[in-house]
Amino acid sequence: MSESNDPMAEIRASFFIECEELLEALQDGLQALDDGDEDPETINVVFRAVHSIKGGAGAFGLEALVRFAHRFETVLDEVRAGRMSPESDARKIFFQCADHLSDLVRISRDDGDLPKDETAKLLASLDGLLGETGAAEEEVEEEEIDFQPAALSFDLDLGDEEDGGPDLPDLPALEDLPSSSDTGFTIRFKPDNDLFETGNEPFHMLRTLDELGECTVTCHLDELPDFDTLVPEQSYLSWTIELKTDVDEAEISAAFEFVEGLCTLSIEKSDASGDAEEPDVPEQPVTEAEAEDQPKDVDAAPEIPPLAPVDEPVKDERPEPEVTSQPDGAARPKASPPKASSQAAAAKSVVRVDLDRIERLVNLVGELVINQAMLSQSLESSGLSPHSDAMNGLEEFQRLTRDIQDSVMMIRAQPVKSLFQRMSRIVREASSAVGKDVRLNTEGESTEVDKTVIERLADPLTHMIRNAVDHGLESSEDRVAAGKPEQGQVNLTAAHRSGRVVIEVSDDGGGINRPKVLQIAMDKGLVPADASLSDTEIDNLLFLPGFSTASVVSDLSGRGVGMDVVRTSIQALGGRISIASTPGAGTTFSISLPLTLAVLDGMVVQVADETLVLPLNVVIETLTLTNDDVEMVRPGANVVRVRSGFVPLFDLGKELGYRDPIEDYQGSVVLLIAHEDGSRAALIIDSIQDQRQVVIKGLDDSFYRAPGIAAATILGDGQIALILDTSDIISNAIGVGGTAASQPSTGLTA
Amino acid sequence: MSDKETSTAIELLTFQLADQEYSLDIMSVREIRGWTKTTPLPHAPSYMKGVINLRGTVLPVMDLSERLGLKPQEHTDRNVIIVVNHDDVMTGLLVDAVSDIIALTADDLQPPPEMQANTSVNVVSAITLIDERMIRVLDLSSIVLSVQNNAA
Repeated sequence: MSESNDPMAEIRASFFIECEELLEALQDGLQALDDGDEDPETINVVFRAVHSIKGGAGAFGLEALVRFAHRFETVLDEVRAGRMSPESDARKIFFQCADHLSDLVRISRDDGDLPKDETAKLLASLDGLLGETGAAEEEVEEEEIDFQPAALSFDLDLGDEEDGGPDLPDLPALEDLPSSSDTGFTIRFKPDNDLFETGNEPFHMLRTLDELGECTVTCHLDELPDFDTLVPEQSYLSWTIELKTDVDEAEISAAFEFVEGLCTLSIEKSDASGDAEEPDVPEQPVTEAEAEDQPKDVDAAPEIPPLAPVDEPVKDERPEPEVTSQPDGAARPKASPPKASSQAAAAKSVVRVDLDRIERLVNLVGELVINQAMLSQSLESSGLSPHSDAMNGLEEFQRLTRDIQDSVMMIRAQPVKSLFQRMSRIVREASSAVGKDVRLNTEGESTEVDKTVIERLADPLTHMIRNAVDHGLESSEDRVAAGKPEQGQVNLTAAHRSGRVVIEVSDDGGGINRPKVLQIAMDKGLVPADASLSDTEIDNLLFLPGFSTASVVSDLSGRGVGMDVVRTSIQALGGRISIASTPGAGTTFSISLPLTLAVLDGMVVQVADETLVLPLNVVIETLTLTNDDVEMVRPGANVVRVRSGFVPLFDLGKELGYRDPIEDYQGSVVLLIAHEDGSRAALIIDSIQDQRQVVIKGLDDSFYRAPGIAAATILGDGQIALILDTSDIISNAIGVGGTAASQPSTGLTA
Repeated sequence: MSDKETSTAIELLTFQLADQEYSLDIMSVREIRGWTKTTPLPHAPSYMKGVINLRGTVLPVMDLSERLGLKPQEHTDRNVIIVVNHDDVMTGLLVDAVSDIIALTADDLQPPPEMQANTSVNVVSAITLIDERMIRVLDLSSIVLSVQNNAA
């Protein structure tokens, strides 16, 4: 592992990892909104995600990202404050913005070129949204700004007492003088250092108080030391808040609920409250300029800027007050992130681990499994009684090993959620490209699959989703004509089924047009013109290389990369893909995948004194041959008769170059194997040893890549057994794949 | 690894191949282990003996005599596998027997004399004399890399 020497680069890298999580939360939130979730917390989550990205991006000077996130955030805040309701158009724009935000994050990470046009276009859409609520916004802006000085105004002890008041230029609450029923409270509030360390923010409390009634805030700076003796983590400020309100003390202390024990707080009823406020009121209409000027001569001057940016959009204030209302600013940067992470922590506590370390652990556990097998073998051969302590201990050890192995595999497992989220973006882009109204429904997002599988599933799945939108669903007019809702549905589901993961992509479109498919296949010469094929066989024609059904090759799919590529990549993952289609009702593609690429259910066989492993999922049957079963097609090419069909017969020992072809087939053991493409073959082996899970070890093929070999595993006796890539063996045998240096098919190597 | 810089100290691991003495820079040697049965790889060149289990990793092993075009040797229990690391690729080299570790300086090494363009000539990067015995210093990269090229 290479340790980076640049701490900044590390922090930067972790920011981008965090961004991934935030973007995921953003997508989730938007999706929930789109599904009609009206929980205010949902929009809060969305807002916070964008806000945190903006904050982090600012720290790294990623300006384009900051600017875009900022504008996006501005609009979201409108929604959050309830001044704008997220109509479907708005939601669509939000999704686009979220997509664009993730693009920007990626581009910033890779230092790529910024898509300025795109950014400008989306910003215009965002402004359009704001425009609609423009009036409301302006009002709001004023309101917020009005309020701002109230929260931040403080009595400068260096000046005179009376000047403290004028810092509240146009506090709205002051305009309507307190009714007689209002009680005055004097609140003394001094935050401890811990308050800032836990990410709390006095500003929010002051703001809450301001909402309760008329409030005058005085900040005490007398403890503030000279700049050069200032300890950034130290809390120096305290506040005195004069509050006139009709609520009771309990409600006031509720504002400080979260900082209980983190501050010194006293709340007292003050009888003379009315009088005390008196001097402030007349002087209230002080202009902002004055308010800004005022503190210039004191060393607290940096605190003032929040008063100034009145004409900036409301959102601008949000991060800044946090920075400026506190001179002990070093505690500040911490304030934002903890909020976001505590959010995540509440849901699930997560540790981020370098993938390399997990890889190493997985390897070590693989070792353990092998060692355990070796130990059992030697103990068994030593002739110990099965009830001896050693054997009992061994059994326990075996169980533990299996548990450890399962747990370690689980570390690598990840929910398919991130993958599904990418797909929802694909659907949005694809549907707008072809002008169809499409909704993606996902199910089983929490289904966990090996990380490598997820990564390698993205491309085929993208292709299938695009196909579903482009070819699967009819155009809106056709749908209406067929009596279906105009909006097409694409469903993406994941589930565990008997030790495998099944992922299905289905649409409610017109189904496969079988006569057309057959016609195309015949036109392209993929099937003989007089072939009569079953429905399933016709459906499977889609998987033939060079097949594309779109009569018009669209932008989106049909770039000549067909379902055959999808199938190849699924097979490379040890998976299977199948189609089911009902005319008029839709098409379903099912992908069935192994849970992990690190272990394999294998059949252990013996060929010419060598032990080999075949993936169990390709073996469909085992036979014992008689000479009568074997027919010669031409010299060197034999077929074996399996019930009504003929299957090509290969001698595995000969194909691997281990021995000369056998002459007498009487009594030979044969494995009947079938591949996803429907091709079948019979392989002659010497004997079947076992069926078991084996740990896959990659073969270093930079050195020498053996044809027909996918990987290796280590047997109980410490010997290495090769895991066969049967389709490679057969294509080599037929002569399709070429010779020794054949195309490396990705095989099972994890 | 055959530094030509003057007076650089070098340690070489010497071993026997077909009654001749060869050596490798000790820095590229990871370990030496006894001969174990290899699992042959199908259709591999004859010098590829196959793979063995090196504490959980799959280690390809080649017969160095055959690789260098020398007479194939009878395997005895004195045969050992020298595990070498070149560019983070581990390879096992089957040799007849390991002899010694010798320390010398770069000055003691002589470039091999120009001979006919035989492939095995490039494999020897230098020669040196120790006690009147000629020891050939092997260039590991040409042994390992040309295999990669063959297989590519």
